[in-house]
Amino acid sequence: MPDAPGLELIRGEIEQDHPGAVLDTGFEHEQAYLAVDPGQLLAVLTWLRDAPGQGYRFLSSLHAADYLPAEPRFAVHYELLNRDRVERIRVKALLADPAAGDGNAQSLPEIDSCVELFPTAEFQEREVFDFFGIVFRGHPDLTRILLPEDYVGWPQRRDFPVGGEPVTFTFNERNYG
Amino acid sequence: MAEARTQTPLEVAPQTEVMTINIGPHHPATHGVLRLVVDLEGEIVRELRPVIGYVHTGIEKSCEDKSYWKVIPFVERMDYVSYFFQMEAYCGAVERLVGLEIPPRARYLRTLFLELNRIHSHLVWLGTTALDLGAISMLWYCFRERDKILDLFEMATGQRMHTRYFQVGGVIEDIPLGFEEKLREFIADMPVRVGQYQALLDRNEIFLSRTKGTGIVPRERLLELGVTGPLLRAAGEPWDLRKAFDYLAYPEMEFKIPVGTVGDNYDRYRVRLAEMVESVRIIEQALDGLPEGPHIADDRKYVLPPRSELSTSMESLIHHFKLVTEGFRVPPGELYYSIECPRGELGCFVVADGSSKPARVHFRDPSFVNLQAFRDMAVDTYVADMIASLGMLDPILGGVDR
Repeated sequence: MPDAPGLELIRGEIEQDHPGAVLDTGFEHEQAYLAVDPGQLLAVLTWLRDAPGQGYRFLSSLHAADYLPAEPRFAVHYELLNRDRVERIRVKALLADPAAGDGNAQSLPEIDSCVELFPTAEFQEREVFDFFGIVFRGHPDLTRILLPEDYVGWPQRRDFPVGGEPVTFTFNERNYG
Repeated sequence: MAEARTQTPLEVAPQTEVMTINIGPHHPATHGVLRLVVDLEGEIVRELRPVIGYVHTGIEKSCEDKSYWKVIPFVERMDYVSYFFQMEAYCGAVERLVGLEIPPRARYLRTLFLELNRIHSHLVWLGTTALDLGAISMLWYCFRERDKILDLFEMATGQRMHTRYFQVGGVIEDIPLGFEEKLREFIADMPVRVGQYQALLDRNEIFLSRTKGTGIVPRERLLELGVTGPLLRAAGEPWDLRKAFDYLAYPEMEFKIPVGTVGDNYDRYRVRLAEMVESVRIIEQALDGLPEGPHIADDRKYVLPPRSELSTSMESLIHHFKLVTEGFRVPPGELYYSIECPRGELGCFVVADGSSKPARVHFRDPSFVNLQAFRDMAVDTYVADMIASLGMLDPILGGVDR
């Protein structure tokens, strides 16, 4: 984990090439994070991976969270790891819910896919799409991965009720359907 | 077997027809409910697509509706072969979120049970994989030792599987009388048994020719694909979170990281066998160095008071009532905690919103991520090699689908 001055240094260097890319930096429970502008996510990830002296080449995990009722509502987290220095850094891309803006429940938040940079993201981005309805632009095969293909809804969103889906057994269908 | 163990592209007479075959979701060689859609040209796999999600049970979603301490039995059921690791990933994440230090004895006990679980997991892997490769007797030998481990789990925790032994703050109860003796018996026995497995398999012509030189993926490609654990170590990368990060009692333990050279299925087998022996060493050290003291933290805001106090102390009764009904609250924050599970990096990401239920529990399951490497392992090899590679990949579908 980079220390506090190290994190500010990273921020400063990214800002030189990509002004406005880093929105916030900080530490949470001794873990460093960079909150980035989703539009410049790929630039930041590429820089962290390839810039000399950085070398965060290993994407440990990619996951999302729904911070309802906070705004912006969604975040995609990239847990990057530098295996030489054994340092982790979390890149956090905050995404607003477009459905709240235009009133159309069908519109989904979008972010660039990082499969080109980190091939390991392929399954994990599909998983995030499956559960949160976050669209990854440029993903080679963005389909549902764990849920059935014809499933409707984004179940990991906080406004999706637990147990909101009736279990259909043939017996119930026949008698009460 | 003196020839070079590097993979050469197969040269076969051109076949005109490519046939798409569905394997699974209930094929016995898929080790779970995995479905593979395979394009075959003769007996050569030309394209492969794993289809998963058949045992998806929405555990991550269900966790959001449970108070923190009730989540533990849920997460255990994800990867049903390495349940102690799931518990540690989750409990460790919550402990770090609330800033709870666990007592030394609990650290050692957790280390001990994690390593027992690692041996258990590798035994299940070895038995089933050798079964796929035609060595049927291995299954019975491996499950004999596995049963001894389950007996030990039952003795200490009351359950053979899904023990719910780890708690936020420590472990639920101390090891019982006689446990140490039985465990020492087991750790004296285990390296001998590993030697016997090796004697059975290492000179088995069929086993050797099916594992040597098959399923090779270059180290760089494995790293790109996020593969961790024995698969990565078999390719010669000594990456182990037990050494890299400081958690539980591992910094105080002396052990080696076995690595392979070629990265074929044979190396994967050798690395896992060597890991079992290293795990035995860790268990032995944890048992020798087991510190005296409490087995669970003494913070009544997070840990249940001892049963004996309830009849004498009003305060304890209040704490007990509060913890059992509402559960404890965790200050807002988020954290990613990762440990070395038998299959690689097991990460747990918890978001707390200040209430007594987690706002998000996500597991980065190594089986799920490692499965992406299967295409690289199996394409342009024989179907039979694909089965060997799948066995050596060792995915647990409960962990893949969650």
